[in-house]
Amino acid sequence: MNHLLSIEDLDREEIERIVAQAARFAEVSDREIKKVPALRGRMVLNLFYEASTRTRSSFELAAKRLSADVVNFAASGSSVEKGESLKDTVLTLSAHKPDAIVLRTPWAGAAELVSKWCSAAIVNAGDGKHEHPTQALLDVYTLQKRLGGIDEASIWIVGDVAHSRVARSNIIAFQKMGAKVTVAGPPTLIPRGIEALGCEVRWTLDELDGADVVYALRMQHERMSERWVPSLREYAAWYQINGRRLGPRQVLMHPGPVNRGVELSGEVVDSPQAVITAQVEAGVVVRMAVLYELLAGTREPQPAPEPQLA
Amino acid sequence: MDSGNEKVVLQAEDVRRALVRVAHEIVERNPEPPAPVLIGIHRRGAFLARRLRTQLEELLDAEVPLGDLDIGFYRDDLQRRPDAPVVHASHIDFDVTGRTVVVVDDVMFTGRTARAAIEALFDYGRPARVQLAVLADRGHRELPIRPDYVGKNLPTSRAEHVHVRVSELDGVDEVAIEAATVETPA
Repeated sequence: MNHLLSIEDLDREEIERIVAQAARFAEVSDREIKKVPALRGRMVLNLFYEASTRTRSSFELAAKRLSADVVNFAASGSSVEKGESLKDTVLTLSAHKPDAIVLRTPWAGAAELVSKWCSAAIVNAGDGKHEHPTQALLDVYTLQKRLGGIDEASIWIVGDVAHSRVARSNIIAFQKMGAKVTVAGPPTLIPRGIEALGCEVRWTLDELDGADVVYALRMQHERMSERWVPSLREYAAWYQINGRRLGPRQVLMHPGPVNRGVELSGEVVDSPQAVITAQVEAGVVVRMAVLYELLAGTREPQPAPEPQLA
Repeated sequence: MDSGNEKVVLQAEDVRRALVRVAHEIVERNPEPPAPVLIGIHRRGAFLARRLRTQLEELLDAEVPLGDLDIGFYRDDLQRRPDAPVVHASHIDFDVTGRTVVVVDDVMFTGRTARAAIEALFDYGRPARVQLAVLADRGHRELPIRPDYVGKNLPTSRAEHVHVRVSELDGVDEVAIEAATVETPA
């Protein structure tokens, strides 16, 4: 594995290997000194063009638990605001010789593009509405821990599928791990042709009680440039996961941050069915496993960036 | 399992006797309570440590805490190997601070594993002292480290391989030396 750009690039065996490695890293957090020297001397660059608290901090913590050096570069308040292009920024920062670049951008495909410009291992930490592979890996890890395995499990992904890179990565990852995935939400928020990924589509939650896992998505106001639902109240009336809709044996997941009272009612967020905090905890160990997989051992020599005319 | 260019140097009974002797030496060197704690290095050292514990608990009539340690993340060649090695979880469910820790491994060779184990151990606390017990010492040290307890000294050449087998993993208790593979005309 040279980069982690998309969950589509991984097969089931690789997903299982990363998840198993993550489980072994869980023990490190219980030690008096919560780090191991596995990536000593390696440098991880966090390059974030979008606001992010939990993803950035969990990548930072993961790198530090492995003794790597971390540099954070946020686009706001930087040369980017002075008009520097993504490519120039990457080439400039490459001069510091990072071993890995963790990249979050609002542009689909940016991670793959960057992987062709520099020799560092690229980790896609979210590219527009395209993918968020480490979120999918930590969700698989969380579910395996909770359910033992997800073969044949019925997983419903509910809400704003259209604006969600999490949904896309998770539909692919859950199916690779043997689960049956259904997406549900208002027709305006379910992309046409999503069935091509292999999942089923429902416009209502009438059959939600057949699900083993309910994965609620965040209503992404920040990505909605126009009105996609008549109102958040009407959305909540039809699609909110609340105590009435969630069964006692179902597992509730959410990628965070939660809009309480919109996609989830407050009562279910704090219910025993919810594994939302477990997902956050999983974030650090899964990202440790990803960085370890990419950076330990001698890396295969990368092709030098091809000279391109600007 | 004496096959081809392999020579068994310790049979099951020899392994048992060696461990009994090591257990007695540990007790002699550590007569004062609290009892020492045992930490076996993955994978075969962990099984040997488990057997030493049975011996020690009998001799000391006290509980001997047992843990195991995978030193993978502490290897000095981690960035020189082609792949990231699979590392297992370590289990040290007690506080090592202030205790005498006996690290148990199957074979003592270059000393690099022992160095990594000592480094790893200090991430769990500050032991009062660390001692090293090995079933077989085959020489060729590359670091200033020596074992405190040795089951059997095995003079070997660098090119030979020493195989320690334990019944839990390999179905048999034995130590064998595999001769260097020499290219012989067919």
